[in-house]
Amino acid sequence: MNQEFIAIYFLWKREIIRFLRSKSRIIGSIGMPFFFLVMLGFGIGGIVSLEGGGSYLDFVAPGILGMVLLFGSVFSGAIVIIDKQFGFLKETLVAPVRRESIVLGKALGGASTAVIQGMLMIFVMAILGVSIPLHTIPLLFAVMFLVSIAFVSLGISLASIMEDMHGFQLIVNFLIFPMFLFSGAIFPLDSVPEILQYLSYIDPLTYGVDAMRIVLMGTARFSLALDLGVLVAFLAVTTSLAAYLFRRIEN
Amino acid sequence: MPIISASNITKKFNSFTAVNSVSLQVEKGEIFGLLGPNGAGKTTFISMLVTMKRPSSGRAEVNGFDVSSDPRGVRKSIGIVFQDQALDEELTAYENLDLHAALYSVPRNEREIRIMEVLKMVELDSRRDDQVKTFSGGMRRRLEIARGLIHYPKVLFLDEPTLGLDPQTRKHIWEYINKLRREHNVTVFLTTHYMEEADTLCDRIAIIDHGKIIMMDTPSGLKDSLGGDTLLLECSSPRKLCSTLKGQECIIDSKPHNGKLTLRLDNGEKKIPMIMQKARDAGVAVSSVSLHKPTLDDVFLHYTGRTIREENISSAESFRMHARARRRMR
Ligand SMILES: Nc1ncnc2c1ncn2[C@@H]1O[C@H](COP(=O)(O)OP(=O)(O)OP(=O)(O)O)[C@@H](O)[C@H]1O
Ligand SMILES: [Mg+2]
Repeated sequence: MNQEFIAIYFLWKREIIRFLRSKSRIIGSIGMPFFFLVMLGFGIGGIVSLEGGGSYLDFVAPGILGMVLLFGSVFSGAIVIIDKQFGFLKETLVAPVRRESIVLGKALGGASTAVIQGMLMIFVMAILGVSIPLHTIPLLFAVMFLVSIAFVSLGISLASIMEDMHGFQLIVNFLIFPMFLFSGAIFPLDSVPEILQYLSYIDPLTYGVDAMRIVLMGTARFSLALDLGVLVAFLAVTTSLAAYLFRRIEN
Repeated sequence: MPIISASNITKKFNSFTAVNSVSLQVEKGEIFGLLGPNGAGKTTFISMLVTMKRPSSGRAEVNGFDVSSDPRGVRKSIGIVFQDQALDEELTAYENLDLHAALYSVPRNEREIRIMEVLKMVELDSRRDDQVKTFSGGMRRRLEIARGLIHYPKVLFLDEPTLGLDPQTRKHIWEYINKLRREHNVTVFLTTHYMEEADTLCDRIAIIDHGKIIMMDTPSGLKDSLGGDTLLLECSSPRKLCSTLKGQECIIDSKPHNGKLTLRLDNGEKKIPMIMQKARDAGVAVSSVSLHKPTLDDVFLHYTGRTIREENISSAESFRMHARARRRMR
């Protein structure tokens, strides 16, 4: 058992080292969300007003945070594809370590890098004037980590069955990007047609964004308990799926 | 008890049989070589022994563990250097080795000592903190070999270990492999294209072609199986010399042809003085003598109908190694 912990720790460390060495990945990961935040927060924010009052910038900030975590996590999972292409995956697959530990190490590592990206974004948001009450930070990080690890596992699952990055790009365009749009990250869901609302209900990111909104702004669409419940269920599904699909890679 | 034992092991990819009912046994402490042309099934065979691919049928045991039912036991017992690069290029040499040591439960307090030990062995200790992406192909290969040794495996699998390395480094690695066996009694199972490597390094060699083992013996046994050396004499009267030599037990076969006599015989170099004496006695003038001892190349040609040209392969192969590193793994 101890042995498995050591393996998980080292695989986690590997993800962190790779992330910290890649300046372009760090900058790139918050580039697009940053522009979304500025364009929406200051562009649209100036012409719309929210029903309950409050600034649109504050409303959209948790959504943008969700975007950072979503894309950061899914791309961390994609490292499995890079490992396949560069052959490193074999080194881990032939080691006397459980497949589950390998997945867990990767997932924890990937989630950590996503949370680091999220922290950078929070910092940028604070500078831009988003209100981020300090006492909410611990709970916020907990939700961020939960969201990240679930989506990294989704990324690992997809990467396990993908042959190359092109296929993965397709998934990003047709699954991940819509997930972001339907999550209510950039507009309140009450104001959209019913059909879109239903789509948002099956989008797991909806509950992540909602939870972060509750933490930061005190209230949102659902209750925190519901959000966390759905997120934990989603986490259970994606991690099991990742473990299952990753185990099937070898042959 | 053999440390590697395969019986009728077969691997099929759809209808194509890559490894066809191979049986072989390797004893503890042996250096065993698998020699075969491209696509013969060497890598596929090794993949099954190291639990990377499941056999379609047949059984194999490594260090007493069944590859199908106890892959973890096998994995704990082995080290492997894959044919294609399997390093993390973003990490440094040290970090790659450290990760490996951790995955193989090398005790924490021994990790650094062993890492430095193997890095010195492959002469990369001065580059320990450089990222692997700054390494040349040969340096990467050496690092991988070092990595395969860190956890003191019982059996070391090397799939084309010295592919694309310069002759000096290659010799160095051979020395190290020999030392491993001598001092730690490590069993080595390797595949190679280099005849010299198979000849000087291996205790026994199996020749594989189209997924089947064609011959298995010691290098000298294989060469002897071709039936002796070839002696070519240029002389004034080949026919006369031929009849003079009739009745010599050591001569297996003799063929005179325009101005030359070809003899097949054992220990040719020892027989030359005697043959020269007979020629002089018979009044035949010999203008040149050349002796050709069978090489593994000849053995290979004889059994597979193909030659392995080392020069051509080394450049083509190192290119392939590069290309494969970029290709996805299935
Ligand atoms: N995953 C696979 N799917 C289908 N065919 C495969 C697969 N892997 C290998 N083969 C086929 O099996 C045969 C043996 O391949 P293998 O890689 O074992 O050869 P090898 O002896 O290692 O060759 P080389 O000297 O080129 O490395 C080849 O014909 C190859 O095309
Ligand atoms: Mg091969």
